[in-house]
Amino acid sequence: MLDLIYQHITLQGLIWLVPTLPLCGAAGIGLIAMFCARSEGAKFRNFASFAGCLMPALSFAACVVLFFTLTGFEATEPSAITGPLFRWAALPTLFVDVGLKVDQLSLVMALMVSGVGLLVHIYSVGYMWHDEGYLRYFALLNLFLFFMLLLVLADNLVVMFVGWEGVSLCSWLLISFWFEDAAKARAGAKAFIVNRIGDAGFLLGMFLIYGAMSAAGAPAESGYFNFESMQRYGIYFVPVATAISLLLFAGAIGKSAQIPLYVWLPDAMAGPTPVSALIHAATMVTAGVYMVVRLNFIFVLSPIALETIAVIGAATAIFAAILGLAETDLKKILAYSTISQIGYMFLAVGVGAFTVAIFHLVTHAFFKSLLFLTAGSAITALSGEQDIRRMGGLKRRMPITAWSFVMGSAALAGIAPASGFFSKDAILWQAYERGHGALWAMGFLGAGLTAFYIFRAAGSVFFGESATSAERYKRAAEPPFSMVVPIMLLATLVAFAGILGVPLAFGGSNMLCTWLGGLIPSELSRAPSEGSRGVEIVLMAVTLLWSLHFSVLGWLIYAQKRDWPQRVARRVAPLARLVSKRFYVDEIYDRTIVRPLIWISRKILWQGIDDTVVDGIAVEGTARAAGLFGALASAAETGILQHYLLYFLIGAVLIVGFVTL
Amino acid sequence: MDTILDTIASILSRHMLSAAIFLPLLAALVTAAIPSRSEKAIRSFALAASLATLALCAIVFARVKGTGEFELMETVSWMPSLGIRYRVGVDGASAMLMLMTALLGTAGILASWREIAARVSLFHVLILIAECSLLGVFAAIDMFLFFVFWEAVLVPMYFIIGIWGSGNSSAAAIKFVIFTMAGSVLLLIGILYAGGAAGSFDLVEWLRHRFSAREQLWLFAAFAIGFAVKVPIVGLHTWLPDAHSEAPTAGSVLLAGALLKMGGYGFFRIAMPLFPVAVAQYAPIFLTLAVIGVIAGALLAMVQTDLKRLIAYSSISHMGFVMLGLWALDGQAAAGAVLGMVNHGLVTGALFLIAGMLYERRKTRMIADFGGSGRSMPMIAVAFVFMSLASMGLPGLNWFASEFLILLGAFQTRTAFAAIAVTGVVLTAAYFLWAIQRIFMGPLAHEEERKMWDLRAREYAVLLPIAALVIMIGVKPQAALKKIWKPSEAFVSLSKRVEMIVPAGVSSLTPNDQIPMTNEITIWNR
Repeated sequence: MLDLIYQHITLQGLIWLVPTLPLCGAAGIGLIAMFCARSEGAKFRNFASFAGCLMPALSFAACVVLFFTLTGFEATEPSAITGPLFRWAALPTLFVDVGLKVDQLSLVMALMVSGVGLLVHIYSVGYMWHDEGYLRYFALLNLFLFFMLLLVLADNLVVMFVGWEGVSLCSWLLISFWFEDAAKARAGAKAFIVNRIGDAGFLLGMFLIYGAMSAAGAPAESGYFNFESMQRYGIYFVPVATAISLLLFAGAIGKSAQIPLYVWLPDAMAGPTPVSALIHAATMVTAGVYMVVRLNFIFVLSPIALETIAVIGAATAIFAAILGLAETDLKKILAYSTISQIGYMFLAVGVGAFTVAIFHLVTHAFFKSLLFLTAGSAITALSGEQDIRRMGGLKRRMPITAWSFVMGSAALAGIAPASGFFSKDAILWQAYERGHGALWAMGFLGAGLTAFYIFRAAGSVFFGESATSAERYKRAAEPPFSMVVPIMLLATLVAFAGILGVPLAFGGSNMLCTWLGGLIPSELSRAPSEGSRGVEIVLMAVTLLWSLHFSVLGWLIYAQKRDWPQRVARRVAPLARLVSKRFYVDEIYDRTIVRPLIWISRKILWQGIDDTVVDGIAVEGTARAAGLFGALASAAETGILQHYLLYFLIGAVLIVGFVTL
Repeated sequence: MDTILDTIASILSRHMLSAAIFLPLLAALVTAAIPSRSEKAIRSFALAASLATLALCAIVFARVKGTGEFELMETVSWMPSLGIRYRVGVDGASAMLMLMTALLGTAGILASWREIAARVSLFHVLILIAECSLLGVFAAIDMFLFFVFWEAVLVPMYFIIGIWGSGNSSAAAIKFVIFTMAGSVLLLIGILYAGGAAGSFDLVEWLRHRFSAREQLWLFAAFAIGFAVKVPIVGLHTWLPDAHSEAPTAGSVLLAGALLKMGGYGFFRIAMPLFPVAVAQYAPIFLTLAVIGVIAGALLAMVQTDLKRLIAYSSISHMGFVMLGLWALDGQAAAGAVLGMVNHGLVTGALFLIAGMLYERRKTRMIADFGGSGRSMPMIAVAFVFMSLASMGLPGLNWFASEFLILLGAFQTRTAFAAIAVTGVVLTAAYFLWAIQRIFMGPLAHEEERKMWDLRAREYAVLLPIAALVIMIGVKPQAALKKIWKPSEAFVSLSKRVEMIVPAGVSSLTPNDQIPMTNEITIWNR
């Protein structure tokens, strides 16, 4: 099989195939969707399912082949570049090539993106089958995969930015997929606009990088935005490293929904559930983490920036977890959980543990998409019910889904041996070991909250008594085969992905992090401290017990004694209200930013300055004063061309005569 | 027979540029001669003529090597006693603008196929005249000739807005005339004075001539006001929303697409390279105005209730970016600004075309009158979303390339201004996304819209070529940049002549100083 591929396809060609295949899928399905009447579109459903799943599958296969090929060369780094396909710009001062690069980091990301992407595509076949916009859906999902793969495979910042914005675009179109619902349309636009706020920072960061590169005297032909040449001239970033890092991180805040720009992600749950699983849990929202790790050589130059990242990450982790406690919409609980978990990743990045952040990114992608897909099945089974207070007892109707959800919850809560345990503990351990005691405490606290809110959801939805109508409950059943298979595959991944990072303290090899570490200079120079293994194991046991305790508590209360929490909430009514209203953050943004801006634009700029001052006084006043213009204008208004030409000619002759004389 | 054809071919190849400019005028004369009853013939002929012009402009563009000097020059004696000649020539920048103008002219004629039902003959004559004069503006090297073309644009545009416009169109037309005439008067005085001082009306001669610092400041003011009205720069912009929104579709397309570029082109080709002292003196003012334009234009677009006015205000915002690119005096930013003029012409032209299509169906331009139209007219929705995305600078589409170059270049030379202008990126996304949300999303607001027809073949023919260019320039801007780099570089080195010697403004220069000419600047030498 490999031989056959090697005979006909070059390595570069193979790399290009990874993003191009989903693009072809998107173009093909998209064209059919556009040029077929809606009634005829139904005939192409089978084609759309086939092509829509085949392209991600081939793309995933290409990634696998790449992985085995590159790791097959012994004694070299597993990396390859395609070189420029063409030049986006080749000015004497600016060279931007369109090229891709594969190394450990992008391989891990590409494997994860195309793998989870493939499973979500397969799940979608069943989930979206009866939807009118089936073809549009698959076209957009394929397009998303193209942009996401471009983002992770890009070899320079500009191409990365193409993917970066492209995923925002697809996210908007997919959140607003059911565009006839005004609220969903609004949610999509909100996501795009909030992302754009971060992107403005990202752009400024790029401009600063350009300035630093040109000040360093780097040859323009090497491409100022090329990751490799940036790394080569990395030392010249020192004077502006803090500014660059913070600006780029602003982009990551928008994309990865961190404080203060997290507000779009809960609303983004308006999209179809598989979209939430793929885009708003596994891939796009983690792009910010990927970007920071990719550019780690800049971030390590600025301790201030790293500190900021760590604090924002930890704060987001706790804050979002608190919001998750009071949320009653199943999908939004998962959304807050995503925000919180990405906070953990940034916490890892901030303390300098870049590889651990990627480890958690990968395990999170597995367990969070598992949680979303199972949640989607449960919601569909109850004909669209999303409120966990009106669910319950579904375990007896859909056991596979229920136990898969529990598996995902265990991973999220960090209960061994599910994969999330290893990655989350790695983060907490790194924070502790590198001397960030306060950050460790925040992470530790967050772990308890996480365990509680997710088992609250699990308990309310799948255990205890059913709180929905008996008729509805009776109709609830396992989804079709095509939706169960991806769930089971993901559950398997969730169960065993921990192998990738069994810590050294357990006698494991910490495979993924060691492998990725080759890329990250700051980690290469770090020797793991031998003496602290005992401490590591103790901390791990404490965290595990802590999470387990809250998991059981959450499960027990919400499966058995659902009236307890309500009584507690009544006791602390104002606080409960504040949390369930999400601290009024959306309202505050609306009142302090959006509305004043619109008011200023409408009342001052438009009706005030444009209409009254400029137009009313200046223009019309001048017009009235200048009787000549008035006469000319009214004469011209007769619509007779000759008159105007005559005036023009007379004027021209007069002036020309004046000059010559 | 063969010899005649050969002669024609050789004349055509020697006078390619003039042929491209005057073909529309010739076609206008022929159109006027066609009996006005045979409307179909008139439309077809005008379309054929504009397609032929487009082909000629494409050949001109293909022939231009992008060396930074004027190419395909043609010089004919005209008024020798005044030093006025018929002299045309193009470089990469102007050839690209000509190509875009010809494309939009064709699109305008196609878009008017059904919209214009009254006085069909006159309409097409005027459109063709406008096209001829616009092409002339971009090709003229003799400044008197430039002014003739400049003024000649005004006449047909005035009538197109006034006669075929909607609502309060005659008022809008008059406002348009007053603004631009006021600018033109100053422009004419400036040209005549400079011509008298330099003893010639040839732009190349002017660039060699040493205008004194005092002359430069005054002349620049005269030129700049004329150009600033057209751009338009904030403060002189209020004619634009009225004219754009009341004009018929073809009028809006030519106004936004080509006419605004006359202003930007004027700064690029004439006002800034000629008067470097004034550039150094006034740069802070113009940069401020440019940034205010970016932000105020976007904020104003955000609250508009009329779709065409929204697009008009978005033009102000985008042209603010173009001005920022020019005034940053950086090669990349200038190249981005030139490319930005072309990109803005294509994208905004297309947006106006789509607004016209919506108007044709629903007879309203009010955003509030729509809602859920993505259900009834899905392909129009796709087209509008696509062009909006291009306009909000989605990477991979054309406006991003120019916006990126402008901001990147400006950030290096004028950091604060560029940093503020970046907020425009967010605001642009906001107003377009909200417009899309209000027009195409939500529940279908008007049941009768279900009977509306979606894009038809003619409308596809108008939009698809523009969409193809939007993608081509966006994916590989280098194809266009390689022809406009040298002209942009020349523009920067000419406009920056003072800064090179006295970096911190010109306070140390007395008004009577000669302009300091740095040694080896590649002025177009011929």
